[in-house]
Amino acid sequence: MRITDYSLLALSSLKYSRLRTYLTALGIAVGIAAVVLLTALGGGAQHYMMGQFSQFGANIISVAPGKTTTAGISGAILSNVRPLTIEDAESLHRLPNIITSVPAIQGNLPIERGNRTRWTSVLGINHEVPDTWAMEVGQGRFLPNEPAEQARNFVVIGDTIRRELFPYTKPLGEFLRIGGERYRVIGVMKKKGQVLGLDMDDIVYIPVYRALSLYNRDSLMEIDLRYTEGYDEAQIINNIKQRLIERHGSEDFTITSQDDIIGTLGSILGILTAVVAGLGSISLLVGGVGIFTIMSIAVNERIKEIGLLRALGASRRQVTLLFLFEAAVLSGLGGIFGMLSGFGIAWLLHYVIPALPINIQWDYVIMAEIIAIVTGMIAGLVPARRAAVMEPVDALRSE
Amino acid sequence: MIKLQDICRFFKVGDETVHALDKVTLDISRGDYISIMGASGSGKSTLLNMLGLLDMPNSGSYQFEGKELTTLSEEKRATFRRENVGFIFQSFHLIPRLTAAGNLELPLMLMGMAPKERHTKVKDALANIGLADRANHLPKQLSGGQQQRVAIARAMILKPPLLLADEPTGNLDTHSGNDVIKILEELNASGITLIVVTHDLELGERATRKIKMLDGKIIEDVTSEKPI
Repeated sequence: MRITDYSLLALSSLKYSRLRTYLTALGIAVGIAAVVLLTALGGGAQHYMMGQFSQFGANIISVAPGKTTTAGISGAILSNVRPLTIEDAESLHRLPNIITSVPAIQGNLPIERGNRTRWTSVLGINHEVPDTWAMEVGQGRFLPNEPAEQARNFVVIGDTIRRELFPYTKPLGEFLRIGGERYRVIGVMKKKGQVLGLDMDDIVYIPVYRALSLYNRDSLMEIDLRYTEGYDEAQIINNIKQRLIERHGSEDFTITSQDDIIGTLGSILGILTAVVAGLGSISLLVGGVGIFTIMSIAVNERIKEIGLLRALGASRRQVTLLFLFEAAVLSGLGGIFGMLSGFGIAWLLHYVIPALPINIQWDYVIMAEIIAIVTGMIAGLVPARRAAVMEPVDALRSE
Repeated sequence: MIKLQDICRFFKVGDETVHALDKVTLDISRGDYISIMGASGSGKSTLLNMLGLLDMPNSGSYQFEGKELTTLSEEKRATFRRENVGFIFQSFHLIPRLTAAGNLELPLMLMGMAPKERHTKVKDALANIGLADRANHLPKQLSGGQQQRVAIARAMILKPPLLLADEPTGNLDTHSGNDVIKILEELNASGITLIVVTHDLELGERATRKIKMLDGKIIEDVTSEKPI
C-alpha cells in the first residue's frame, strides 16, 4: 500500500469525527505551543543576559578587596584586609600578558553647571578605560595618561549628562563642579544605552586619584585587568594572585574573571531553558495519553471495519500501519498547530511588550515536533496492534 | 476448484465443545452456483468463512486448485483472500466515512495500485452496477439495495474467481433483493463460482446445487440438472 493512501485513509477518518480530532490534537498542540513559547522566553533571557554582559568587554579579570570566605573572628574587630591601591593596579599592569589595568572606584556626587545640578554616578578610573571596557569616546578625548597623583582635573562625561547639563552648548572645554571641585570637560562618551537596567550614559569619569580623595577612601573598589586574547586565563589569574599575595602578605582579595561569569551565567540560563522545555514536554506527554485514549476508542468502534479490511485482503501489517498513521497524522497536525500558535503568541508578546526578550529556539522546536509525532505513534501502537491481531471472523461478527 | 476433506471446526463454549463443522467433505467446481441452507447454528456461516479463509479449521484439508491452504500463514491468507475471494455480507459492511467510490477503491489501495488506474477501474465498476451518478455519495445517502450493489462491486473489483455471499438479501426488501440476486446470478453466468448462504428458501432454491446442513454436517447435497 502507498504511503499517500495510508495518509488519505487516516485523514478521512480524522475528518469524520471532527470535534474529537480537534480536541485530541489540541492536547498535543498545547504541549508544543508551551515548549515553543517557554524555550523562546528562556532563550530570549539567555540571549539578553549574555548580550548585556559581553558589553563590558572580553578577557577581563577583576580584582576586588576582601576575601569571600567565612573567618572565625569578625572582620570588624581584627581587620587584616589591606586596601587595594593604585600602586597595586600599576604593579599588576607589569605582569606578563596584561594589556591594561584600570583601578576603579565609584560613588554618587552632585554635578553642577551654572544653576543646574545633577546627582550622578562618578567613576574614578584611569586612561585605559576605552581599551578595557569596550567603550568609545564620541567627542574630544578620554583622560590623558599621566601619573596618578599629578592627574589634572579633567572629566569625561556620558551622553545623558551632556544632554542634561549642556542642552544648547558644546561641552568640550567647559567647566563642571563635581563634589565642589572644578573639572574641565575634555570628552564625551558615545551613547551606550542601558546595560542590565543601568543607564550607562549617566556616568562621568574622573581620574581615580581625585575620586579617592573626593570619597575620602584609601582603597579602590576594583581593579580591572585585560589580558591578551588567547592566553591561558588560569595562568594569568595565578600570576595576579602571586603578585598580590607578595604585596599584601596574604590573600585578602577576590579575583573573578569575566569569562567565568559569562560561562556560568550561560550554563545556568541554558539549564533554565532545558528545564522549561521539560515542563512543556509534560503537557506533550498528557497529549500523548489523549491520543492513546482516542485511538483505543477508535479501534473499538471500528472492529467491524477491521474485519472487513481483513476480508478484503488487508494484512495485519497494513491494519497496524493504518492506525499508526492515524495517530501520527493526529499528533503531527496537533504539532503543526501548536507550533504556529506558539509562534503567534511569541510574536504577539513581542508586539505587546517589546522589551521582553524572545528568541525562538529552533532546536527545541524541531525536537518537540519529533517528540510529538513519536509520542503519537507510541500512543497509537498498542491500539493498532490490538486491531491487527484480531481474528477476522470475530471482528466481522462483533456488534 | 475447491476440495474440502474432513474439515472440523469446534469452539469451546464454557465446558462444552461445539462442533460448528464436523468432518465436512465437499468438492466445488469452477462456475458452480451453490446455496447453503440450514437452521441457525448449523454451521453454514462457518463453512462459508472457512471457504473464504477468514476462519481456519482445527483439522482437515482445504485445497484450492490443488494447493493446500490450511498451512498458509496469516499474511499469505490475506493475499489469497484479496486475489481469489469476494465477500458479500448481510449488513453490507461499507465504510461509512468513505464515498461509494472510496469504498470501491479500498481493495485497489490495499494492493498498492496507482491512483490513476484506480479511478478508471472504479468508474467502470460503478457504471456496471448503474450507480455512476452516486460515486460521491456516502453509504448513508444510499438505499439498502444501492449499498449492497456497491458492496458487490467492491467484492468483484479485482475479479476474484470465487464469490461468497452471506445472506445477501437479508436486510433488503423484495424488490432490491431481486436486483441483488440478478446481479449475483449474472456474475455466476459469466463464470464466477457463487456460493450463497441463506435462510430464504426461495433464494436457496434458485441455485443449481443445494446443500443443507444440520449440526455441522452436510445432510443433503442436490444438484439440479437444469439451471433455472
